[in-house]
Amino acid sequence: MVIDFESEAKNYPERGKVFDFLTPQHNPALNVDKSVLLYLESLSVAFDGFQAINDLNLYIGNGELRCIIGPNGAGKTTMMDIITGKTKPDTGVAYFGQTINLLEMDEPAIAQAGIGRKFQKPTVFENLSVWENLELAMAQPRDFLSLLGARMSTEQTHEMAEILALIGLEDQINKAAGALSHGQKQWLEIGALLMQKPRLLLVDEPVAGMTHQEMDKTAELLRSLAGKHSVVVVEHDMEFVRNLSAGGKTVSVLHQGSVLAEGTMAQIQDDDRVKQVYLGE
Amino acid sequence: MIRLLNQDRGGQLLIGSLLLAIILVPILNALPDSSSLHVPTYSVSLLGKYLTLALLAVAVDLVWGYLGILTLGHAAFFALGGYAMGMYLMRQIGDRGVYGDPNLPDFMVFLNWQELPWFWQGFDQFWLAALMIMLVPGVLAFVFGYLAFRSRVSGVYLSIITQAMTYALMLAFYRNEMGFGGNNGLTDFKDILGFSLQSEQTKIALFIASAVALIVGYLLCRAITTSRAGKAVVAVRDGESRARFMGYRVENIKLWVFTFSAVLAGVAGALYVPQVGIINPNEFSPINSIEVVVWVAVGGRATLYGAVLGAILINYAKSYFTVELPDVWLFALGGLFVLVTLLLPRGVTGLLKRKEAK
Amino acid sequence: MLYQKLIKGLHWSIGCLLLVLATITQAGEAEFLAHEQALIKAKFEQKEHIMMAWYKADTQQAVQLMELMLASELYYQKKEKRLYRVTDARKGAVAARLSDGESVTIAKKRNFKRVSINNHLRALFRQYIARAGLTAVEPQQRIAAAEAIMGNTDPDLIATVTDLLAQETDAEVQAAFDLVLAVATLQSKDKDQQEAAIKTLGESLQPAALNALKQFLQTYSESDLAPLASQAVDRINGKIDFYNGVETLYFGLSLGSVLVLAGIGLAITFGVMGVINMAHGELIMIGAYTTYVIQQLMPNHIGWSLLVAVPAAFVVSGLVGILLERGVIRFLYGRPLETLLATFGISLILQQAVRSIFSPLNRSVETPAWMAGLIDINPLLSLTQSRMYIIAFCLLVFLLLLAIMKRTRLGLQVRAVSQNRNMARAMGVRSEWVDALTFGLGSGVAGIAGVALSQLTNVGPNMGQAYIIDSFMVVVFGGVGNLWGTLVAGLSLGVANKLLEPWAGAVLAKILVLIFIILFIQKRPRGLFPQRGRAAED
Repeated sequence: MVIDFESEAKNYPERGKVFDFLTPQHNPALNVDKSVLLYLESLSVAFDGFQAINDLNLYIGNGELRCIIGPNGAGKTTMMDIITGKTKPDTGVAYFGQTINLLEMDEPAIAQAGIGRKFQKPTVFENLSVWENLELAMAQPRDFLSLLGARMSTEQTHEMAEILALIGLEDQINKAAGALSHGQKQWLEIGALLMQKPRLLLVDEPVAGMTHQEMDKTAELLRSLAGKHSVVVVEHDMEFVRNLSAGGKTVSVLHQGSVLAEGTMAQIQDDDRVKQVYLGE
Repeated sequence: MIRLLNQDRGGQLLIGSLLLAIILVPILNALPDSSSLHVPTYSVSLLGKYLTLALLAVAVDLVWGYLGILTLGHAAFFALGGYAMGMYLMRQIGDRGVYGDPNLPDFMVFLNWQELPWFWQGFDQFWLAALMIMLVPGVLAFVFGYLAFRSRVSGVYLSIITQAMTYALMLAFYRNEMGFGGNNGLTDFKDILGFSLQSEQTKIALFIASAVALIVGYLLCRAITTSRAGKAVVAVRDGESRARFMGYRVENIKLWVFTFSAVLAGVAGALYVPQVGIINPNEFSPINSIEVVVWVAVGGRATLYGAVLGAILINYAKSYFTVELPDVWLFALGGLFVLVTLLLPRGVTGLLKRKEAK
Repeated sequence: MLYQKLIKGLHWSIGCLLLVLATITQAGEAEFLAHEQALIKAKFEQKEHIMMAWYKADTQQAVQLMELMLASELYYQKKEKRLYRVTDARKGAVAARLSDGESVTIAKKRNFKRVSINNHLRALFRQYIARAGLTAVEPQQRIAAAEAIMGNTDPDLIATVTDLLAQETDAEVQAAFDLVLAVATLQSKDKDQQEAAIKTLGESLQPAALNALKQFLQTYSESDLAPLASQAVDRINGKIDFYNGVETLYFGLSLGSVLVLAGIGLAITFGVMGVINMAHGELIMIGAYTTYVIQQLMPNHIGWSLLVAVPAAFVVSGLVGILLERGVIRFLYGRPLETLLATFGISLILQQAVRSIFSPLNRSVETPAWMAGLIDINPLLSLTQSRMYIIAFCLLVFLLLLAIMKRTRLGLQVRAVSQNRNMARAMGVRSEWVDALTFGLGSGVAGIAGVALSQLTNVGPNMGQAYIIDSFMVVVFGGVGNLWGTLVAGLSLGVANKLLEPWAGAVLAKILVLIFIILFIQKRPRGLFPQRGRAAED
């Protein structure tokens, strides 16, 4: 399992080509005939009487980059929990493509169907090395016996090298993930997410704790992912959202568990209701 | 095998010394009594016993150290393996028991049982007993784990219900009606595979078998932990929900490791019983399970060889204390629990490593 | 049971005997002497007449003599020809002369001869005693007498009972007399009377009534009244089942109370604080040993000792708990599995400490007199008082704890710290102090449980081990962090255990309950009454 990393790094492809290897896995069950990848319709969920999600309707197009903003407690995290199977809603439907009913699936099944999630707090496996973190995230059969006999193929080694270069951790492959800096952990998690080759990426506050250069790099990466993937970004940093949604991309505002407004950043900023509840103007 | 021991100095040392012991112990035992290097047969059996306990500790380390499940049920798997072996050994007694019944073990004659219960059938065959030694703990662990992991019982809750399971089994095995000898358990064994358990050769053979079992068990665990599956196991330990969001069926991974570990514990129990000559319901008692965890903690979690070291060290100390200073033993053991958790979270091997690093 | 009551009555009467005989009036003295001489000289056949005459002349006196004869304690001095009461016919023992109550030391054993009776006389005397008892002053004695003559069909006796019933004012005694008459009437030839008797008996809960009805069914299986009688038997059996059920429930509730007591301290330390304390059982043990020590210190006031022991055990166990929290547990917050190991180590140390200080053997703790005894509800159901106290005590402790957690400042702070430690600290709650006090509270309650348990089980170094698993099961089953859950879980597990016991046996019942809980936790990992919400999911 010793990889000649230096020579791999030399094969580092040009920027424009970087994302070829990120082509998502083809899931035969996924049907996007209607060009909509994710349907959330009349979702509601309450915790001990607190209505976290209240009749939420949201559609994410195939290949779309969508930013979601909203004040604390607007239900952003709960919405992600529902999409990824952690929380079951009291009412409503959630479909992945035309045919895959997310509410009937548990977390691993949803992940394997092609939905990847990046958490707000960087969550990497701290006791495993950078390499091992990516190795586990890699798209591959995930049952115990396959894992027991798994060996790294040349192709996979290439992929790993490319991702490592992309996230800038090629010098740290044997370092325990727990020993990385906060920003590096964020990148490692993004790298792991890419290794999964998901069709839909749910990204929760990706730039928290990043420097400005890193933020730009992240925005660039996320924008380039859109098209082949659908990307949903939940973010507080307005500057980042403005940057990300430039070019008329849709932004949704969540408030008290439902969608308050949807439109381009410019439209959103003009919306009176949004000003009232969110921008506080 | 060489590959498995790459970068595992503790493991290399362990396997090396076990191989050495397999060669040296019979030779030293054969020396005349007068020689200062002579190892009495009694000590050989004691060493063999320690090795079976070390195998149990390795099994617990796999589950606790790598998978993060604090199991308090491994004494049960160990005892079940032991009982399966005990049943075979009982049937080997044949008509040499006190009551001379060719079919029924003494305790059944004593209870006025007329015929062998169905679950004793076939235990005169070693192959069936050997199968059961692995199958019974394995199946129990599988069923228990299937239910527990599927419903995401974890952490302290899981520890407590494993303990409840062990406790329930202990109560059950104390009952005469169960057909496992009640209080007294199974004892007065004579032969194994036709060889007298009293003979020195058999005792040495059992010692060697224990050492080989420990080597094989160690290498199997090592094979798991160094594979990609082993990484997944650690991932499940450190970030269960993250592993799930990555698409791993956490419950399946847990189930595989838990069941394998239970089988290992069963084998350890089976080798333990002929060397100590008895198996009774006390082996199920909750304190036994927790004691194993402390062996692992003392040796150092998630190292495998640390478990072996801890098991041998503490059991040696136990043998010494319970003879010389019986009152002090529980104080010492209890103190060890507290000190290790408070001051030595990575155990003795962690301490050694830190020294080495300096 | 009946026989025991009879014997009790007998002893009571004998106790009064000397007093009565010693005060024989001058007028009665001559009469007494005449009877005395006659009795000493009499043969078996004559004794019957003599005693009947005596009975007519002075019923009380005669009955007491009959009782002495039945107890084989009536002797006469051969030379003196006087009656003596001798409990111990040995040389050197004391004999009491009946005529004047004078005590005499027996010089030669052969000087005293017992006044012998045969079986015929024995039966006769019993009947006379009973007949006399029917007119006794104490209602209890009249009832005992009625029970003693149950099944007797002697017309004289029945007539007496009938007369007495008319004058009787005590309802319970009336019922007892009614029963005697009904049992007797069952044997009569009159169908109507028989039918009435069957109806009366069918309402009774006395075992004698059931026996009489069963006997009737056997002898008169062809009779028209047989269906009526068998109906009555069924009704009584139904009642017996019902009261057995009530009794099982009672046993179950008392066992459940024990479980709740054992578990409720854990519901605080584990449920509210999230600390897994394997030494909880040993804190119970310390409470029990505190009771033992208190009783050693005040051996003459056993009745008060328990009342002293409750606060003492609370303080001792509570202090040990605080020590434990400050010394070990606080270093392990957030590491539950390590806490489990460390506290298990402490439990071993505490066990061995008790072994070294007190001995490995069980110590006996006395039960105060006020806790002993039975409460008779009816002939089928009597409840032991000690269990009643345990149930009441359990509820009291539970309500107190509930009040502390819901109504006091400490309770508020405890809940605040358990829900959000940092926020609570920011608001000025001294979380360390709250931790220590909460743990002390939970441990102190464990100590109180120990006081209660010392009345039920052996107090020994291993007693804590016996309760730790049960306690955890109760808390987990009820739902962690929920005191009501602990109460419901404990009581229902206790009842379930006792319900299973009759057909599964005690051990198997326990195993079944354990298996049930294991499976239940698989199904509902958060117990009966789970805490819901986002906070609970992490």
